[in-house]
Amino acid sequence: MEYCDRQVRIARRKCCHQPPNLGKRKRRAAFVVWEEGDDLDLQEAIWTCKNGQIQRRHPSIRSGGEIETKIEKREKEGKKRKIPKKKDLVEMTSKGAMSSGGGDDASAARRNSKKPQYSRFTQQELPACKPILTPGWVITIFIFVGIIFIPIGLASLFASERVVEIVDQYDKDCVPNKYSEDMVGFIQSSETNKTCSRTLTVPKLMKSPVYVYYQLDNFYQNHRRYVKSRSDKQLRSSAYEKDTSTCSPEATTADGSPIVPCGLIAWSLFNDTYGFSVNDKALEVSKKNIAWKSDQDYKFGSDVFPKNFQNGSLIGGAKLNSSIPLSEQEDLIVWMRTAALPTFRKLYGRIEEDLEANEKITVEIQNNYNTYAFGGNKRLVLSTTSWIGGKNDFLGVAYLLVGGLCLFLAISFILMYVIKPRPLGDPSFLSWNRNPAGHFN
Amino acid sequence: MSGSLDSRSTMKRYVYINDDLSKDLYCDNHISNRKYNVLNFLPKNLWEQFRRFMNIYFLLIACLELWSLITPVSPATTWGPLILIFAVSATKEAWDDYNRYLLDKQANEKEVWVVKQGVKKLIQAQDIHVGDIVWLHENDEVPCDLVLLGTSDIQGVCYVETAALDGETDLKTRVIPSACAGIASEMLHKIKGVIECPNPDNDIRRFDANLRLFPPFTDNDLCPLTINNTMLQSCYLRNTGWACGAAVYTGNETKLGMSRGVPEPKLTAVDAMIDKLTQAIFLFQIVVVVVLGTAGNVWKEIEARKQWYVLYPNEGPWYELLVIPLRFELLCSIMIPISLKVSLDIVKSLYANFIDWDQEMYDHETSTPSHATNTAISEDLGQVDYILTDKTGTLTENKMIFRRCCINGIFYGNESGDALKDPLLINAVATNSPDVILFLMVMAICNTVIPTKSKNGSIIYKAQSQDEDALVRAAAHLHLAFVNKSGNILEINLNGAVLLYEILETLEFTYERKRMSVVVKNCQTGKIILLSKGADEAILPLACSGQQIGAFVEAVEQYSQLGLRTLCLAWRELKEDEYQEWSSLFKEAKTTLVDRERRLAEVCQRLENNLEILGITAIEDRLQDGVPETIETLRKAGINFWMLTGDKQNTAMQIAVLCHFISPEPKGQLLLINGQTEDEVSSSLKKALLTMRITTSEPKDVAFVVDGWALEIVLNNYREAFTELAILSRTAICCRVTPSQKAQLVKLLKSLDYRILAIGDGGNDVKMIQQADIGVGISGREGLQAARAADYSIGKFRFLKRLILVHGRYSYNRTAFLSQYSFYKSLLICFIQIFFSFISGISGTSLFNSVSLMAYNVFYTSFPVLVSVLDKDLSERTVMQHPEIFSYCQAGRLLNPITFAGWFGRSLFHALVVFLITIHAYAYEKSEMEELSMVALSGCIWLQAFVVTMETNSFTVPQHLAIWGNLAAFYVINFIFSALPTSEMYMIMFQLCRQPSYWIAIFMTVAVGIGPVLALKYFRCTYRPTAIDILQQAEHMGRRILSLGNVNPHPRSLDEEVAPLAITQPKNCSPVYEPLLSDSPTATSRSICNNSI
Repeated sequence: MEYCDRQVRIARRKCCHQPPNLGKRKRRAAFVVWEEGDDLDLQEAIWTCKNGQIQRRHPSIRSGGEIETKIEKREKEGKKRKIPKKKDLVEMTSKGAMSSGGGDDASAARRNSKKPQYSRFTQQELPACKPILTPGWVITIFIFVGIIFIPIGLASLFASERVVEIVDQYDKDCVPNKYSEDMVGFIQSSETNKTCSRTLTVPKLMKSPVYVYYQLDNFYQNHRRYVKSRSDKQLRSSAYEKDTSTCSPEATTADGSPIVPCGLIAWSLFNDTYGFSVNDKALEVSKKNIAWKSDQDYKFGSDVFPKNFQNGSLIGGAKLNSSIPLSEQEDLIVWMRTAALPTFRKLYGRIEEDLEANEKITVEIQNNYNTYAFGGNKRLVLSTTSWIGGKNDFLGVAYLLVGGLCLFLAISFILMYVIKPRPLGDPSFLSWNRNPAGHFN
Repeated sequence: MSGSLDSRSTMKRYVYINDDLSKDLYCDNHISNRKYNVLNFLPKNLWEQFRRFMNIYFLLIACLELWSLITPVSPATTWGPLILIFAVSATKEAWDDYNRYLLDKQANEKEVWVVKQGVKKLIQAQDIHVGDIVWLHENDEVPCDLVLLGTSDIQGVCYVETAALDGETDLKTRVIPSACAGIASEMLHKIKGVIECPNPDNDIRRFDANLRLFPPFTDNDLCPLTINNTMLQSCYLRNTGWACGAAVYTGNETKLGMSRGVPEPKLTAVDAMIDKLTQAIFLFQIVVVVVLGTAGNVWKEIEARKQWYVLYPNEGPWYELLVIPLRFELLCSIMIPISLKVSLDIVKSLYANFIDWDQEMYDHETSTPSHATNTAISEDLGQVDYILTDKTGTLTENKMIFRRCCINGIFYGNESGDALKDPLLINAVATNSPDVILFLMVMAICNTVIPTKSKNGSIIYKAQSQDEDALVRAAAHLHLAFVNKSGNILEINLNGAVLLYEILETLEFTYERKRMSVVVKNCQTGKIILLSKGADEAILPLACSGQQIGAFVEAVEQYSQLGLRTLCLAWRELKEDEYQEWSSLFKEAKTTLVDRERRLAEVCQRLENNLEILGITAIEDRLQDGVPETIETLRKAGINFWMLTGDKQNTAMQIAVLCHFISPEPKGQLLLINGQTEDEVSSSLKKALLTMRITTSEPKDVAFVVDGWALEIVLNNYREAFTELAILSRTAICCRVTPSQKAQLVKLLKSLDYRILAIGDGGNDVKMIQQADIGVGISGREGLQAARAADYSIGKFRFLKRLILVHGRYSYNRTAFLSQYSFYKSLLICFIQIFFSFISGISGTSLFNSVSLMAYNVFYTSFPVLVSVLDKDLSERTVMQHPEIFSYCQAGRLLNPITFAGWFGRSLFHALVVFLITIHAYAYEKSEMEELSMVALSGCIWLQAFVVTMETNSFTVPQHLAIWGNLAAFYVINFIFSALPTSEMYMIMFQLCRQPSYWIAIFMTVAVGIGPVLALKYFRCTYRPTAIDILQQAEHMGRRILSLGNVNPHPRSLDEEVAPLAITQPKNCSPVYEPLLSDSPTATSRSICNNSI
């Protein structure tokens, strides 16, 4: 390399010539140096011209083999072309001159066009970063994740702990003892008194708003047959009243007139009701704005009124007041947002005042909804809320766990690194570099 | 006479020149390459597309989805992508077909001068009929296959460029049939006659026909026609004022039209593996469907009947039991990724383009870029087990230089290495030594070379054979110059004196005869002589009984030891009557239509005997640049090399040593399989096999050498023993093999489940190239025939290294990742659906809505993985320095059932993570269906972005854009859907993104999903590293060290010593079933192989 540089420098000093018939672009890219009689070893020459045909175009070459051409391209792309041997060059040029004769320029131009254009993409040379899993990186990542996750976990857990929640399962207790063998009979009978009174104790201060939910267990709102049995179009606009094709088996009445709202979901609307009182003073439960605003505005039409609803022989759940448009039937709207899990809570209402600790709340329950047939449970839930939602320790615990595990992994990686360091990228680990007598496995 | 009767019965076509008789018998010259027309496009294209199993499968799924009772999602989820895929390939087909139509139209409507029934007029090319006389002018394209009748040249010669037909760019000479000689051009309008020719075929090298002109033009004699009397469709008339000919084949029945055909698509090993995996997934899917379907039906009977709100009727229709299984079938149908085929097609064409674009595989000398003709098999380049290579022109330059000769027992050029500078020889020429002059005469005129004068007065020889070119030039250098050829008269310039010879006959060269001869008449003395040259084994046995040939045998031996190509020159004087007698026989043989080649060979044999051997020429054919390095690197990469050549054993072996094909004695050992009789061959085969078995455990380079004759016997009688030998041997040299034997060997190795790459440059390699899994053609001096038949064409042998180690390896790695990842993401979403079915009463509810499902497959997951075509696990330099790494993809270690099981497990794990975190984080009052499904989907998208990140080795800007841009696009797309009041997802995404718990749940999913994978990967990379890991690390750390220059020499020297052994172990079992985590690439294959032996 040094030798070569020296040669080029000498050559450059001796005589540097701009070849007259090279194009502007090529002139910029290349300069041609020749030395008469000086037997330059072309093996050492840098043959980096982008256009490999230049030596053919230079007049000095065609006149004979004594003058040698040396072409250097700026190593812009840092790419080295093949270095042709001296003999090759001479033979090549003489051969070329012989075979292609006169039409040299034209053919050279045509040939040049065949050469693939250079771009970093086509040569697969796009600059790339190649991260590898060094101990430093991996340990840093795990420590970092651990350090981030543990505070988040603590915060979530703290938020979840601050939520005050009263859960009361009332399904069994609200059935009189004489019906304990036949709870389904009790709930299906229209004669039985379904009123039931429960007393709840507030464990801690519950700041308003206190949300009232009902929770159903083992109720498959996500069942294929159930979840599809609705007509969004019908719910949205009275123009699609007859659009009940997806609602079977609760699409139409026996005489064929459409049910509004149709489908199993609406038909099985939850119909237990709760009345709250504290110290014999009724607690107001707000049933307004319990549904999503977007549902009220766009999914449930204000011109759609219940029609033929729960008129059939089989009564499912709640009845609807047929003079109130669906967009105002918030219980229905909440119910129609089907749950993805068989255990779910749905908003019943909101208590807009604080509940003091140890206060006794009396709940008057109308126990109408049949969960007895399929062994489901009913619960009444009063809960406050936090930034993370209701009471749910899962995320907090999981974050703490994951954060802890990350730190543990990081520490064990550090220990492994200290105890049994392993040089990265040692070629002697390559299977083909190992002693052939040794065993690979 | 019976022979000619036979031949008559096989004659199918009589072309009446300049007559309407055959007009309606044969088609007109309307060319149509179209596959479809406007009417049949849709049905035909659909039919073709539905021949693929996957397409039928998806169509079936799509049809099932139309049944609303069972469909979990809207049918659009399948119909959309399906129609898209169909539309894309149909559009591509239609576009190609339209382009073909345009080209056809252009060719059909071109105007040409045609003589019809004696009247010359300008008509469209498509209206040419068989028998019409077509007039062409200089640089015209030939519109159909013509038999030349006249040209502007007095000698009846014209020049055609056949590049479009066979790719060869040199001009070819075509002559008018002898019967037409001397007909004036104006008389050509009225010429009448009949051409008997075979039915159209696709052989562009043969045209065995006869011409009989009707009176008054000729004496009604049969005149033989060969390919030299024709101008074939798509050639160009060059350097000739005009030429005319009678149309014999028109339209799609021309030689070109007949040779057009759709080649059988080649299936790569990777494709086969993907097919296998697809089938496995399909089976798994069926199992899932059966199990879940049964469970669903049972649950329905036990539980769902009690669920009054589901309102199951007591009596269902007859198909009720089928409903739930079919629902699961539809839910699980996304297990097989619908986009896989399209993605693979896209990346494969990119691989091919990368090969076309590669500047480092651009040959400056001949200005040829590399080209991938077959765009579908790049991955196979990464799995090559065997390379079968031709010698001449492939390993060597095919640039012949006359070096030495032996004339009458005297060796010239032995001292200087160049006979042309040997004073002894120059002296001999100067003193007109008769032997030497005769020798030079054979060199100068026993050939098919055409001398032409260039503008500056020098003579340029146009030769189709490089050997002939070298000989003629050498003779000219020794002052016996072949100056001019006009018609049959040759002009020779000997030491300034002009000699004239008339060529009477040319007995052409064929690969079977291995010799050629000319019969010439000395115009001065009138003596007729036969001059022959050919391979020594084809000439020496024909020596006249008196002559001692020992010296020549010795010379041949000596020259081939040096790796020189030898030719044996001989002559004989012919008596006038002997020649006349033979000449008539020869003429008859030349006019036969059936089996002409064999008949001709027989007749030639009659004349070529009793020859007097003149001497031996030795021609050097230098190795191409970089051949030894290339072979060494590729052998280190674990690729076995076989050399198949038509050359002599000694020459072949010499070349083999020169290019590091075999090691010289102490390290290497050659096992010869030869012999004249079956017994000899069999015993030497057994011996070779025995030696081979013993030496496989030693670090020794053992190769076997077999010649064509022995190979014939071995392949016919001892196939099994030879197969075992082939498996055990890493190197083989097969010399004196015919083209069909080359193809046979390829077939043999292919039947052993190896991936074969065949590389060659000449017409004799075409069969082998077509037979092999991958055919590589070198666009060399012997024309482009091989390059056109090949899947890849390169300019120089040394590019093979880059083609295999860089392009093949990258392609394999990328496809391996892309295909497995496609399955991973499909399985991921499918597993979530399955888990969800457990909490939805096994009723087949889909957790995700239709839009999400469709977009997941088509948009969210396709783009990031497509940019993996830019991924490079190791730099090109590292791969070149450590070619052994190639054995990873060669053995299929990145895509096999075990790696696939890894991906399967990962998708199962990720599905569990996503599902469990989602249902726990979004429990109770948050368990709204749409929200929960979006949380799960977001988890999947985030996970897949990180999985792609984890599996990517090198990040370029497009990759970052695709991975993170895709993640952003997911939110953008969902925000758009959430903003549409009519969509099911209205407001969902806005609500979710406002909840801290959403983000907390997503980060949780990512941490839990990726953490273990990262930890495992780190552990494996550091403590159980594969060679790829080590090299990646070395690359990462080593840049500084490498530049100091003290790291490289050490491992490299080790490499060289150990390399032959480390990969010597042959594989006789399918190499793909290897665990990824095994330490050594060969260790497992060894153990498996041992078991199976």
